[in-house]
Amino acid sequence: MNIKELLINGNNGGLDHSGLSPLQKVTLRFVVIGLIFYGVAAIEGMIMRVHEIKPVPLLSDEHFFAIMTAHPIVGIFGSTYLIVFGAFTFLVPYLMKKPVFSIKIANFTWGIMTLGTVLVWLSGFIYHYAPLYTIYWPLPVDFSQFHIAGGIIFVIGVALIMIGTLAFIVNTYATVFYTPKGQKKQPIKPLLMSAFGIDGLLNIINKIRGKEPYIKDPPLSLPIVAIFRGTVDTFLDALVILTAGLLILFFIFNNLFQWGLHYHSVDALLYKNIFWWGLDLIADGLVLIYVAGTWYLLAMLITGRNLFMQNIARAALLLELIVSWAVWSHHLLSDQPQPEIMKLASGEMITAFELITQGLAFFITLTTLWLARPLKMSNELKFLLGGLLGFALAVPAGIIQADLGMNRLLHNTQWVAGAHFHVAILVGLTMTLYSAIYILLPILTNNSVKLFSQRLANWHFWLHLIGGIGMGAFMGMAGIDGMLRRHVYTEGEFMLYMIPAGICGAMLLAAWVIFMFNIIATIGIKGLIGIFKPSKIDKEVIVPQPATAMQKG
Amino acid sequence: MTSTDVLWALKIVYTIYAFSIISFVGWFAYRITKKPESYKTWLTPKVFYTYLAILVMIGVGIHILTYNKIPWVAWELKKHKIKPDRVFNITVENHQFILPEETPITIKCGEVVKFNVVSRDLTYGFGLFRPDNTMVFQMQVVPGHNNELLWQFHEEGSFYVLSTEYSGPKGARMRVPDAFKVVCNKNVSMGVGR
Repeated sequence: MNIKELLINGNNGGLDHSGLSPLQKVTLRFVVIGLIFYGVAAIEGMIMRVHEIKPVPLLSDEHFFAIMTAHPIVGIFGSTYLIVFGAFTFLVPYLMKKPVFSIKIANFTWGIMTLGTVLVWLSGFIYHYAPLYTIYWPLPVDFSQFHIAGGIIFVIGVALIMIGTLAFIVNTYATVFYTPKGQKKQPIKPLLMSAFGIDGLLNIINKIRGKEPYIKDPPLSLPIVAIFRGTVDTFLDALVILTAGLLILFFIFNNLFQWGLHYHSVDALLYKNIFWWGLDLIADGLVLIYVAGTWYLLAMLITGRNLFMQNIARAALLLELIVSWAVWSHHLLSDQPQPEIMKLASGEMITAFELITQGLAFFITLTTLWLARPLKMSNELKFLLGGLLGFALAVPAGIIQADLGMNRLLHNTQWVAGAHFHVAILVGLTMTLYSAIYILLPILTNNSVKLFSQRLANWHFWLHLIGGIGMGAFMGMAGIDGMLRRHVYTEGEFMLYMIPAGICGAMLLAAWVIFMFNIIATIGIKGLIGIFKPSKIDKEVIVPQPATAMQKG
Repeated sequence: MTSTDVLWALKIVYTIYAFSIISFVGWFAYRITKKPESYKTWLTPKVFYTYLAILVMIGVGIHILTYNKIPWVAWELKKHKIKPDRVFNITVENHQFILPEETPITIKCGEVVKFNVVSRDLTYGFGLFRPDNTMVFQMQVVPGHNNELLWQFHEEGSFYVLSTEYSGPKGARMRVPDAFKVVCNKNVSMGVGR
């Protein structure tokens, strides 16, 4: 079979999409769009890497920062959110053995989020609207630098993404709590207690007091608890970002219609606190929790065992809920008007809990795997280990910068961008998601496809792992030597680090190309197109045929 | 201890940590595929709680360590008790730093200097850098507020100012070359309560 035929029809006939349920199809739609956006974000990242090595002649400062603005929104909301939301839209009904509340809402979610991401991207591409991801007040309404039309498109794009996010949350909550026809009604109280991890905490307290466990068989499995718990932060984050968008829109109209309200009527520091409170819920409340939940799920599926110290894991999710609401001040350690007590309590001490909660998830996952030795080094296991390593590197790097002394030198440097969040997202989060994709692929395709090439999967793994850690390390080293993150260097100031960082970035991009080729060669373009066609199977069906991969558990 | 010493220590410590954790996960990945000689495990809840206690100690310990070792932490926390020798009122507006004197402004080693930076429009950053681009210090400059930072120089040289916060595409060019010049005769340390 030649390559053209392979790509069109897939390996051994590719994906038989006619046998997929509506839930399987919608999940695959989320994942496919998410992977495409990942590629866009990777290309944007490479353009910036190349520009820092040797300025690209056609790339003005305005365009450079427009790319820098679109890059995290495409990467986080367009890619990560869509893949995570897709996986969870499938897993909640699958693990709870009941249909998803609404397929229509699920389709609406990926559609509106895709449209929103494209609009944000266009606001940068056409108008070079570039307030960056942080949109510090009053920069987003500085129309001496930016075009009003760019601002309007950007705000509408972000609003659509957030509306899609809220739709996902509604669907998730509704799926957890509703009772399908023919099933016994579950009382709300134990479900809520379980969803927040309160039953895990009560079990620990009872154990300490020498009493019987509060509940022996919690109504929600641990991954569902993590998903539910994560959506609380997703909800709050969406509300804050939507409110910021409305404020920007108000000042756009203020500028257009000359209402005469000065932008200094909004206190920049207060705005920054509220904004970071909301935005931080993505990083500290959401990513860590969703990732921990995914680690737990993967460890259970790979080993077929229950988690080590399961009650602690449940209680830790509750602790992380409270911690995630109170850590945002570490983003304002270099803001001198910020009260010192906020810096010490929220910025330093409560933030240090991230080390504890994530370290705990790391330990529980590794121990669960260790106790199940010997394990086959499958794709899902190797990517899971890569994901664990990513967070083991990135979380301590974050704790280091969340310190009054160190932040004075690290704030806004490439250390934050490289050693901390690029390693967290690219190595920690993305490799965890790849692991989930590998383990869910047989279930989502009814075992109708066979991976085209294991050798390509291995190449994908090593290029992604080395590229991700390498790029983060060299960017981090440049940050230690004073290179700023939201800046453009055109004199070759940090060339020593930027060249190897660029090479590692190219490895990441190559890894994505290899992965996409392998997946398309496995499924086939016909199969991919089929995913977007309506399913003829009843929407109540979760998985039409038993999937053998899940039976391992 | 200067910022160069702190950053050098960070480079060493984090590199050692990174190689250690990579080696550990590599070893784990190798061993997990091997059949164990015995299924008896040392991974008990006691080990788990010990690990948890170590995490707590590290999380809190880093802040105690830096408070005691990095001088500018105490300068910041006790700034209301420290009387500066000189105050520089700096304004930022329309992507330009307006310094109070003609540059380079000369500072003597050991002088306690207060930088009070006010923005008239956007959020900026105020960072001081050495000619080799390494950072001496930085702070955020939020409009509508006084942004005050105390510093005591212990190293001779010429330093440039650069905005460390993004303020639109024009922000990337906010640089004042040779803004401050530090001249050293003898080293003294900042006394709390002066």
